[in-house]
Amino acid sequence: MKKPKLLIVDYGIGNQGSVANALLKLDCTFKLSGKREDILRADSYIFPGVGAFGAVMENILASDILSTLEHQVLEKKKPILGVCLGMQVFSEDSDELGFHKGLGWISGHVRKLPMRKGFRIPHVGWNEIKIIQKKPLFVRTEKHSNFYFDHSYALYCEQSTIAATCWHGSIVIAAVQKENIYGVQFHPEKSQSSGLKLYRSFSSMMS
Amino acid sequence: MLKKRIVATLVVKQDVVVQSIGFSRYLPVGRAEISAEFLNRWGIDEIVLIDIDARTSGRSIDIDLVHRVSENVFVPLTVAGGISSSQEAKKLISNGADRVMINTAAFLRPELISELAEIFGNQAVVVSIDVKRDSNSSPWVFTHCGTKNTGLSPVEWARQVSEYGAGEILLTSIDRDGTKTGYDCPLIRNVSDTVTVPIIACGGVGHPKHFIEGITKGHASAVAAGNFFHFTEHSSITTKAFLRQHNVDIRLDTYATYEGITFQRNGRIDKWPEDYLNRLRFEYIADEVI
Repeated sequence: MKKPKLLIVDYGIGNQGSVANALLKLDCTFKLSGKREDILRADSYIFPGVGAFGAVMENILASDILSTLEHQVLEKKKPILGVCLGMQVFSEDSDELGFHKGLGWISGHVRKLPMRKGFRIPHVGWNEIKIIQKKPLFVRTEKHSNFYFDHSYALYCEQSTIAATCWHGSIVIAAVQKENIYGVQFHPEKSQSSGLKLYRSFSSMMS
Repeated sequence: MLKKRIVATLVVKQDVVVQSIGFSRYLPVGRAEISAEFLNRWGIDEIVLIDIDARTSGRSIDIDLVHRVSENVFVPLTVAGGISSSQEAKKLISNGADRVMINTAAFLRPELISELAEIFGNQAVVVSIDVKRDSNSSPWVFTHCGTKNTGLSPVEWARQVSEYGAGEILLTSIDRDGTKTGYDCPLIRNVSDTVTVPIIACGGVGHPKHFIEGITKGHASAVAAGNFFHFTEHSSITTKAFLRQHNVDIRLDTYATYEGITFQRNGRIDKWPEDYLNRLRFEYIADEVI
């Protein structure tokens, strides 16, 4: 059987290097690239993102890969995992530093986390998640697992799309899942063994 | 619930990790990538890598150093040292850094904070504030590696930097640095109670109980130490076990947890009872495979 090809999408901004390190640690076969041919050839994708929403969207649109990637994801239904901003840009829009349109792959909006007494913004540090949909991302995740979060804005979407939540004065969506589109608000590549287990689960999906 | 974070600061001088005392004496410890790898293995929550020679040498922290350190680190890595532009920050973030930290550069040009926040998001921008108290015990912000008095109070400067867009503040007491007498808790608390962004306390840890004080008396969201973690094996794990026993809400999910361990008064772990050690000799403990 052919080995499934996992691609970390490089569109110019983000911590692709850290995600690559994590996959190297797991001995996963993967490629890190922003080239059209590699997007066409891949069987699944990890879509990292670090930065402000507007800057990230600007980079995606300027990189020329969007139509190719969209076809693979929306038509060919290849699995994609968005990480942090990578997940947020799947939404319809965000009002971080101005109003910006997202990719619209998931219905939902990115808005600033509400200020609550005793809870600081940005939501930064290790937080425990509540798993709502165990398969496929959380099959290796133990109960009461902590993941590393670092964000001031969060995705708000339909109940049916929510795969995990956490608490920071209000409910924060930690992971989403809609058919072949997956996303996590936290950084698995920065969440030590909990995060590595999640990447193992995603990369093992296709085999 | 969000856990309190235990952070390790790795101070690098001339490419060597050093133990720092009062920002004036530096004793060598070893290679940064080795320290970072052990800290990661021992369940540290976050690592801050600071090159204290960078600015005076007219450069920013070495990209190759950051890359090497980040290879075996699966927790967030904040880097600092002479960063003064978003181009420098972008290169560092593409090479293993997750957040950038600025100190003197923020004071010389506070607009830099907003520029970095606009591109990387405020959550990726940390401002470092170093403080010394004068003969009246009044605290003042110092820049240029603790040599220049800015004339600003820490509360005032913290308020300004958070308005400019800093996502977090690393607050260090220069007086306490290397003294092992604990954090300057009144200082930490005054700043923490003034701003709404998280504060990382730093400077003075010599005993695990100091971390507890930083959280309960200083109201810090995260507690950092440099020197403290370098000299004991499993230091971050045993520290967390101590904190857990004192009901501090922290993450402890390394394979070794030291649950049930007892501590001596100086904060070091007691020896396990003899019969337990004898039983251990015949127990098979498998490696964790992910």
